This record gives sequence, C-alpha cells and structure tokens, in this order.
Amino acid sequence: MTTHYLVLSALLFAIGGIGVLVRRNAIVVFMCVELMLNACNLAFVTFARQNGNVDGQVIAFFVMIVAAAEVVIGLAIIVTIFRTRRSASVDDASLLKY
Amino acid sequence: MITAPTIEYFALAPLLIIFGAAIIGVLVEAFAPRYLRRAIHVPLTLLSLVGAFALVILQTVRGVPTTPAAMGSVAVDGPTLFIWGTILVLSFVSILLINDEEQFVPSAAAVPGSAEEEKAISEGAAHTEVYPLALFAIGGMLLFPASNDLLIMFVALEVMSLPLYLLCGLARRRRLLSQEASVKYFLLGAFSSAFFLYGTALLYGFAGTVDLYGISRALATAGGTETLLLVGTAMLGVGLLFKIGAAPFQAWKPDVYQGAPTPITALMASGTLVAAFGAVLRVFWVALGNDSWNWQPIMWGVAALTMVVGSILAITQTDIKRMLAYSSIAHAGFLLVGVMAVGDKGQNALALSGLLFYLVTYGITTVGAFAVVTLVRDPGGEAWHLSRWAGLGKRSPKLAGLFAFFLLAFAGIPLTSGFFGKYAVFRSAVALGEGWLTGLVVLAVVASAAAAFFYVRVIVLMFFSDPSADGPTVVTPSWATSAVVGFSAFATVALGVFPQPVLDLAEKAAKSLFVQ
Repeated sequence: MTTHYLVLSALLFAIGGIGVLVRRNAIVVFMCVELMLNACNLAFVTFARQNGNVDGQVIAFFVMIVAAAEVVIGLAIIVTIFRTRRSASVDDASLLKY
Repeated sequence: MITAPTIEYFALAPLLIIFGAAIIGVLVEAFAPRYLRRAIHVPLTLLSLVGAFALVILQTVRGVPTTPAAMGSVAVDGPTLFIWGTILVLSFVSILLINDEEQFVPSAAAVPGSAEEEKAISEGAAHTEVYPLALFAIGGMLLFPASNDLLIMFVALEVMSLPLYLLCGLARRRRLLSQEASVKYFLLGAFSSAFFLYGTALLYGFAGTVDLYGISRALATAGGTETLLLVGTAMLGVGLLFKIGAAPFQAWKPDVYQGAPTPITALMASGTLVAAFGAVLRVFWVALGNDSWNWQPIMWGVAALTMVVGSILAITQTDIKRMLAYSSIAHAGFLLVGVMAVGDKGQNALALSGLLFYLVTYGITTVGAFAVVTLVRDPGGEAWHLSRWAGLGKRSPKLAGLFAFFLLAFAGIPLTSGFFGKYAVFRSAVALGEGWLTGLVVLAVVASAAAAFFYVRVIVLMFFSDPSADGPTVVTPSWATSAVVGFSAFATVALGVFPQPVLDLAEKAAKSLFVQ
C-alpha cells in the first residue's frame, strides 16, 4: 500500500508550490521550497519501496545534502536584502521590472 | 562483499581539475593573507581552465570513449567533449572580465551607503571569493551536460546554480538591483529545481532507475502513456526549460541579467546556456527519445512562444542589458527548434552538429557584447539606459562599431557567425521534412527578422543621433577586457567567413551521438 504515501507526497508538493506562489515573506517562500524538496524525498523513498531497490533511498540522502547547501546560500541572500531594505517581503523588491 | 566502483580518472580529469582548483581557491581564502589572494586566484583559475581545456583536446585526439564513465553516471562522449571545450573557452574569457575588481562589491555584508561600506572601500577590501565561486559554477556547468543519470544531473544543476545565485548579488554599483536580482534568481531557481526533482522522482517510479538509458529501456517495454511518465516528463521539462530561459519560464532572465555584475551576466548568458542545452538534449534525446511524439507538441508550443516573446518584448526595452537578455530568450527559442528535429541516426547527428555550432557562435558573441557593456560608463556605474548610448558611434567609433557588429551577429546577418549558426540549426529542422517543424522554422525566420529590428535600432541610435554633452564616458579597457572584445570579434568574423573547421569539428563530435 504505497499509494497513500505518494498521495501525501503529491499533497505536500502542491502545498509547497501554492505557498511559493501566494506567500509574501521570502523566508516563508523559501520554507515552501524546502517543503517541496521533502515531498520529493518522500516520493523517492516510496518508489524505492515499490521498485524493490535502494536507489531512491540513496537519492533522498543526496537531496538532503543539496537542500542543506541551498539553505546556506538562500539565508545568506535573504539576510543581505533584509539588512538593506529592513523587510523580507518579496513584493517590496520590485525595482527590476518588465 | 561490496566491490569498489571503477572510476575512469582520465575521462573525468577536466572536471576533477576544475573542482580541485575551486577547493584550493577556498583554502587560499582561508589561509592566504588578504593582499596575496588575488595574485594567487587569478593565475590558479586561468591555469585550471587552460589545463582542463588541454585535457579535453588530449581526449579528443586519443579517441572518444564509447561507454559512460564512473559506473555509467557521467557520459564523456563526443558531444560532451565539444560542449566542455566550448564552456571552458567561454569561461576563460568570462574570467578575464571578472578579473576587473571595479565590478564587485568590496563587502557584500555591508549595507549599501553605510559607513561600514565606505570603510571597506577605503580599505580596498575585495571579495576574492568570486574566483572559487565561479570555478564551482563552471564545474557544475561541465558536469550538467555530461551527467548520464538524473541524480547526477540534479546535483550538477545545484552546483552550477548555487554559486551563481551568490555571484549575482555582488555588483559594486546599483547594489539594490543586484541584491534583488540575487533574491529573485534564488527563489525562482530553487522553485524550478524542486520541479526538476519531483519529475526525477516520478520517472524513477516509472522506470525503477534514474539512469537515462534505463528510462529509455523502460519506455520500450511500457509504452509511452503511463501517467507517471507523462507527469514526470512535464515536471522535468519545467526544471530544464527554466534554466535555458524558455517562455513561459523566462521571467527571471531579464531581471537577473540586468542586476548581476556584467562579467557574471556574461558567464551566465554564455556558459550556463550552453550547459543547460546540453542537459536538455541529453534528457530529451537519450532518456525520452523513444517518447518524442509526446513531448514534441509541447516543445513546439514552448519554442514558438519563446521566440515570439523574446523578439517582441526586446523591442520595448530601454535598458541595454535587459535587451540582451530578451535577445538571449529569443535565441533559446531558435535553439529549441533544433532540439525537436529528431529522426533517424543521420538526422539526429545533423541536428546535434547544428546545435553545437550555434551554441559556440552565440556564446562567443554574447561574451563580446557584454564586455563592451562594461566599458561604457556613467558616473554611477555602467550606462545601461539605451538613450545614453545615443551618438556613441561619433564619440568612440571603434567600440560602437564592434558592438554594432556583435548585434548584427545576434541578428544572423551573413558574414557573421550568427548567420551560419542559425542556418545550421534551421537546415537540420527542414531536413526532417515534417510540415509542423518546417512551419516552426518559418516562424523562427520571421521572429529573427523582428529581432533584427531592435538590433538595428540600437545601431541607428549609436551612429545616426547626436551625442549629448553629458554623455557616458568610454573607459580605457584593461588588457584583459580588450583581449576579450578582440577575441570575440575575431571569432565572430572568422566563424562567419570561414566556419568550416568548427562545423567539421561539431559534425565529428555529433556523429557518434550521445553514448547510451
């Protein structure tokens, strides 16, 4: 019965995706991206179980490492723009247009 | 008992050199005194690029391997070696531009306009981390088109992108724009790589493996209508098309190209585009080649939309860097025409050689154009607004002439390299003999004509309007920048008048196609 896990993973991915589109705070947007990556991990582990090989589990580890590196870069960038603008809202940063 | 994997060190040597040099660069940052760092970084970076390029040549001469390296995860084949050579040349010239310390912020952590920043400027502080970061990005660019399974491709995608997110935010002037570009690029890039990853997960569920050829084999037995396969292909496509800046995923490109320091824009516009197209080709040809009737219609729409959006929105731009970004979007659309021209083996080789040649010509011209942009300056930084370029042809005819020449090459005027690039790609698409693709080629030619309009508009502006009294100054280029502009102009002429050697090379690289 791996279907439930796949549905859960799709739901998490959708929640993350919608969050990226509707939330304003850059940190929250970033958290939603991380939620999407974790949804991918759940899908990988479930498919590993379904396919009967461990590739998916190994990939999940790689994804965690990549996500950690992404957090470092992302927070650095967001903190820098917060210090400049005193705001982390993605709506405020709107000098580059059209 | 676990057997140790075999690693073909010779085949992977160019990658290892670049990553090794990047790691040494990090150590230099940690241990070398500040005044020595640049003096170590610049030769280290340039030498590692030259060394990697020499190894690529050596491998080409000694014969292209016919099986993937590193237990089937990295494919060093003819197209890969050609793409590696291209990326290394483009990176070398981009690093020469990056070498200009006037372009980068003295202290990224200091708030723009604060006392802290002024102190950093007066102390002559500099972020020499730029060099190792660029090397990591270049290493990712090399790995991205060479990866033979989707996991390696995802890791390569991130290794390529993460340093670029940071580098975008390091412009010395107009720092608010630069930081904004960095945030936008980061959030959208992370969003798109999540799509890439979910697509990978679904294809793994479909095929039981992330190996590209394994997916192709699973397709042969399962047929091409499984939901997992279709949704997975679409999501993978979103991630990849975002990286090449195809519409409707093009929104980041003008913002990022404008805000990023111009040398970094040059590196992104040339190297990243080449790498991303290599990856697109590998995924859609090797893994999903047997499923082409499913993705070709969507790709058709994306390509058509991309060239129309790129060509039409470029006309409305008033900023030189944004205009070049839209031009890059339009070029991505033209290149996608070649990606769709798949058929039998001979047809694939024809299309691949055309694409490889186009990527070389476009990359070199792009670096040249951005190098010229770095030279035209206002008191507050580079002069980006098009109105500031009015009359430049009268003030410094040589520079304006070179820029006009690069623009003509973008437009694909005969006797420039751009003409043969477009010709090679469109010829392969017409050779397929399918009405729907020939129709797209007609659309592409019309879009090129529309694009020629805004290139010519800039040329007219430069040569046929009077310079204003407080016009921008053209700084005397450093030897490195002159070398870059000279090399790009030379290559654009040479490939436009005498393209045969490089065309032959592309053909030879494409003949064996991607290894499986």
